[in-house]
Amino acid sequence: MTRFRALALLPLMAVLSGCNLVVMSPSGDVASQQANLITISTLLMLLIIIPVMVLTVLFAWRYRQSNSTAQYDPDWDHSTQLELVIWAAPLLIIICLGALTWMATHLLDPYRPLDRIAAGRPVPADTKMLDVNVVALDWKWLFIYPEYGIATVNEVAAPVDRPIRFNITSSTVMNSFYIPALAGQIYAMAGMETKLHAVINEPGSYKGFSANYSGAGFSHMRFTFHGLAADGFDKWVADIKAGGGKLDRDGYLQLERPSENEPVRRYGAVDSGLFKAIVGMCVEPGKMCMHDMMAIDAKGGLGLAGIDNVMPLMHDKLSRRGTAVLGPVPVYVAGICSTEELTGRAVESSLGVLNAPADASPISGAGLPRSSITPISAPAPAFGPRLTANP
Amino acid sequence: MSTTLTAERPRGQAPVFHVVDEHAHPEGSSTMLGFWIYLMSDCLIFAVLFATYGVLGANYAAGPAPKDLFDLPLVALNTAMLLFSSITYGFAMLAMEKGRVSQTQLWLAVTGLFGAAFLAIELYEFAHLIHIGATPQRSAFLSSFFTLVGTHGLHVTFGLVWLVTLMVQVNKRGLIPANRRRLMCLSLFWHFLDVIWIGVFTFVYLMGMLR
Amino acid sequence: MIDTSTVATHPLFGRLTLESFPYHEPIVVATFVAVVLGGLALVAALSYFRLWGYLWKEWFTTVDHKRIGIMYMVLGLIMLLRGFADAIMMRLQQAMAFGGSEGYLNAHHYDQIFTAHGVIMIFFVAMPFVTGLMNYVVPLQIGARDVSFPFLNNFSFWMTVGGAVLIMVSLFVGEFARTGWLAYPPLSNIAYSPETGVDYYIWALQIAGVGTTLSGINLICTIVKMRAPGMTMMKMPVFTWTSLCTNVLIVASFPILTATLVLLSLDRYVGTNFFTNDLGGSPMMYVNLIWIWGHPEVYILILPVFGIFSEVTSTFSGKKLFGYTSMVYATVVITILSYLVWLHHFFTMGSGASVNSFFGITTMIISIPTGAKIFNWLFTMYRGRIRFELPMMWTVAFMLTFVVGGMTGVLLAVPPADFVLHNSLFLIAHFHNVIIGGVLFGLFAGIYYWWPKAFGFRLDPFWGKVSFWCWVIGFWVAFMPLYVLGLMGVTRRLRVFEDPSLQIWFQIAAVGAVLIAAGIGAFLLQIAVSVWKRRELVDRTGDPWDGRTLEWATSSPPPDYNFAFTPMIHDNDAWWDMKKRGYKRPLGGYKAIHMPSNSGTGVILAGISVVLGFALVWYIWWLAAVSFVALLAAAIHHTFNYHRDFHIPADVVVRTENERTRLLSGQV
Repeated sequence: MTRFRALALLPLMAVLSGCNLVVMSPSGDVASQQANLITISTLLMLLIIIPVMVLTVLFAWRYRQSNSTAQYDPDWDHSTQLELVIWAAPLLIIICLGALTWMATHLLDPYRPLDRIAAGRPVPADTKMLDVNVVALDWKWLFIYPEYGIATVNEVAAPVDRPIRFNITSSTVMNSFYIPALAGQIYAMAGMETKLHAVINEPGSYKGFSANYSGAGFSHMRFTFHGLAADGFDKWVADIKAGGGKLDRDGYLQLERPSENEPVRRYGAVDSGLFKAIVGMCVEPGKMCMHDMMAIDAKGGLGLAGIDNVMPLMHDKLSRRGTAVLGPVPVYVAGICSTEELTGRAVESSLGVLNAPADASPISGAGLPRSSITPISAPAPAFGPRLTANP
Repeated sequence: MSTTLTAERPRGQAPVFHVVDEHAHPEGSSTMLGFWIYLMSDCLIFAVLFATYGVLGANYAAGPAPKDLFDLPLVALNTAMLLFSSITYGFAMLAMEKGRVSQTQLWLAVTGLFGAAFLAIELYEFAHLIHIGATPQRSAFLSSFFTLVGTHGLHVTFGLVWLVTLMVQVNKRGLIPANRRRLMCLSLFWHFLDVIWIGVFTFVYLMGMLR
Repeated sequence: MIDTSTVATHPLFGRLTLESFPYHEPIVVATFVAVVLGGLALVAALSYFRLWGYLWKEWFTTVDHKRIGIMYMVLGLIMLLRGFADAIMMRLQQAMAFGGSEGYLNAHHYDQIFTAHGVIMIFFVAMPFVTGLMNYVVPLQIGARDVSFPFLNNFSFWMTVGGAVLIMVSLFVGEFARTGWLAYPPLSNIAYSPETGVDYYIWALQIAGVGTTLSGINLICTIVKMRAPGMTMMKMPVFTWTSLCTNVLIVASFPILTATLVLLSLDRYVGTNFFTNDLGGSPMMYVNLIWIWGHPEVYILILPVFGIFSEVTSTFSGKKLFGYTSMVYATVVITILSYLVWLHHFFTMGSGASVNSFFGITTMIISIPTGAKIFNWLFTMYRGRIRFELPMMWTVAFMLTFVVGGMTGVLLAVPPADFVLHNSLFLIAHFHNVIIGGVLFGLFAGIYYWWPKAFGFRLDPFWGKVSFWCWVIGFWVAFMPLYVLGLMGVTRRLRVFEDPSLQIWFQIAAVGAVLIAAGIGAFLLQIAVSVWKRRELVDRTGDPWDGRTLEWATSSPPPDYNFAFTPMIHDNDAWWDMKKRGYKRPLGGYKAIHMPSNSGTGVILAGISVVLGFALVWYIWWLAAVSFVALLAAAIHHTFNYHRDFHIPADVVVRTENERTRLLSGQV
């Protein structure tokens, strides 16, 4: 059993050897509190784990068959006091841990605005929170700074000691937004917006990535998070603004196509309604936004007329899209004269470009039939007959 | 097998460690319990579909809502068909208890007809909805509606296949214990589908119209 | 626009084309050639020794719970080799892919491998092993002649095999899913996974799931209805208790998986919107549903193993199990609580703090009964006479390993801690720590413990010890680095890495995996050596370990009918009680015994199901229709067979029992 013990110490030895355990020694206040919580919980549990391990080895050794001096009591199978202890001891620890969990979960709720920037340093009253909108794309990260009207790809920065609020969404599949040195992770999901509050306390460059597998390019879905001094951050913003370039809806639709290993990109200007449209999954012109749809649904839908308010789905990401073999043409709900649609009209002229897919062949995989691409010539057929006539 | 054999034996006497005068295990003694457990597992499948309908049932995707689509008188007629079929199945079981083969068969046939009528009305409803474009693909509400109601309909279909099979078997061998057991199982299954339908009727149709 | 009517499906072959066969992939081709050669050799050997008839009559069509149990174990072992090959490939890739190196696997392969590894290890290794042991042992422990529904048992087994066959087919025809083992949408939906992989996943699990659910129903009925007289609930052996709870969990959770996968397949095949992003669908619904099945599944695996440890600890300590009653209640409490914790698998989805802490705390509460169980084993050892045979060695290794996994599990149940550890290699290390250190160690303890019962000879202890040390040390070397990597912020399912300082840890983990491979090799060698030396290792008593429960009362291997006379139970250590009170084995008065007869229908139904699944994966509609009708017809045809039982004549019983008398008196 001694060989076990030595191996069990491996993690400890790792700490001693000084490798970079970023989760345990992070640079942001939220992550630090989470690291402390890990330490406290572990110590609390070791109170019972270590005695159990020691007793196991001790009993295994002492009551081995060859030790005839040890007491042998074959019918002893019950002791009320002992049973009370073995149920009560874990119970007590779980009560402590449960209380700790309840408090910590509420205090470190990622949706809760920060009330301190570090231990003993409450958020100054005049501090303005930095909003960063995050979009997980296939397979890169887009960051939009609404306050500064700039956007970046695979690079994000924030001033030291200023509370940040990340508003997170995804364009397609589920990802998880995670910067270990800064704070815990939260999922990025299409059509939804999750939030994460955090603050960075030490300047430096930190790694960020997706922590939820999202397909072929997942391994390269990495970005750098820069913690900058206040003036450094201002300069970073100014540099990006000076660099020019604008991310409009058209540009976004090009950007969101699947690609791997994307370099850092910077946009000096960004369409102010873009993030809202991304969350509403209505960047494509003529598509009804999620929030409009939900508002209509809350009022009981659009009735029978709403059945036909759909258009065949033909946009974007063709190289990744498959469709159900037995179903009708996939559709999207057409927008009903919303502001989004009006802004959408502006780029409608460039629709032709968008409809031509970059590469219509499947990314990979054997046996996948190639989707045939035909230009829109006839209006979308009625769906009822299609289902029956198209087995 | 009774467990009282040992419990009644007074202490102090030499213990008996095996059953001497053993009777063969009656065949199918666990069948009813097993079938009950199966029904409960099936019930869980419906529970998932109900839960899905509960979560997604208001996501109309700016399309039609229940009140635009459902025709309550038709559904009431449909419900009546299924309830009648349950009653007639009950009559079939009563006839079976009395050992009357032809009467049992007659009631089973009536049950089958009511079940078929239920299915026909449901298919008519589905065909109508799909014809006006309210397909399962149109919204999450319609997806979960078609799946929940359709799964129930599929169960009724299998119930009918089973019913016909059993009628053939009763015809061939009469009301032997094995066939009685099977009729009991189908009875449980049939009434179970009735109970599920009550849930569908209330939860999907009635409450849908109120929404 | 995409015109779906042109999604080319050939009328005869569906979407199956020559391109579907990965003949241009050297690794797959080499595997295929090896499998074909091995298969041919096996077929040739079976034909040469004229074993086909024997196999069909005595094994494939058998309704004997003991033979079905052994076949489950064989299935689990074969699939373990496949699942472990995947593991080695992953470890190798992750140890190599540094400093700009892409390793040797591209994303298309690597993503299939980690998905297949998870699916196979859970569904086709752990589940068959657990089901196999329950099948073999439970009827013997309760003094029954077979399970409640013997034909259903055979059918369940073959459906499990059917699922495994479909997964193996995906290796050589088309591809497997590239989604992770739970196939979260939207990634697993048709829009982002249009290929055959997810369809293979769905149909393999659906086919196997039918078998698992039915086998669960079967074992519940068996335990509830077929116990020997005198065996009240609180006199059942602990393994039977944990089996009962496990099967309740199976019946109460697998239908959820079935329904969820049906909804996913509707999304994929007919374009409904359950789990899509648009038109009102909600991928989060899938994540919730799959974990409402998935968390109980974890306990389905671990509970029977807790039962094994209870039997082993008590037997090898030569002592009654400490705290039988609290052990039973702990098991029941775990069973119930396992339904109240599913959300801890996705705290990071952004539920509110109150929801998260509720599920975090319920998760921690499970550790209380689990902790009580550990203490019960501990105090069973206390004042015992512990014989360190192989089963006991695995038990002690389990106790030392599992508590670490339990501790990291509770840590992950603290939501803010989970925010930094979720999906990291720390999580991977945690669940391997409980699944290998818990389930697998327990299965080995069980295999070594009951092997002499099943075959009449023990397994060779030398190679067993080699295997034990390779496994245990290999496990620690392979997974401790993963804990460290998790704390270094490394996430799971990565194929290539940038930070060179991580490489050493992956290399250590790879060494651990090689050690485990040696452990598996030693285990196989041990079986071969033991079969070779079976005369030396023979056990004639039927009770080689001085056992305590009923299965040790009969011969090894037990006769078809298990017990010539149904035993009567007075104590929860029934056999111990019988031995202590001077039980004399009856030597006469045998009667004919009523038994179920064999049936080939299970094999046929499962075979048709595989064809149906294959047809659906490849959109071969005519074949799907034909096989569906055939399935229905075969099932109905089976119900017209009323002759499902026979009697073992009294003279056969007399002959068998006399042979045992002769063995017991040592005049061989």
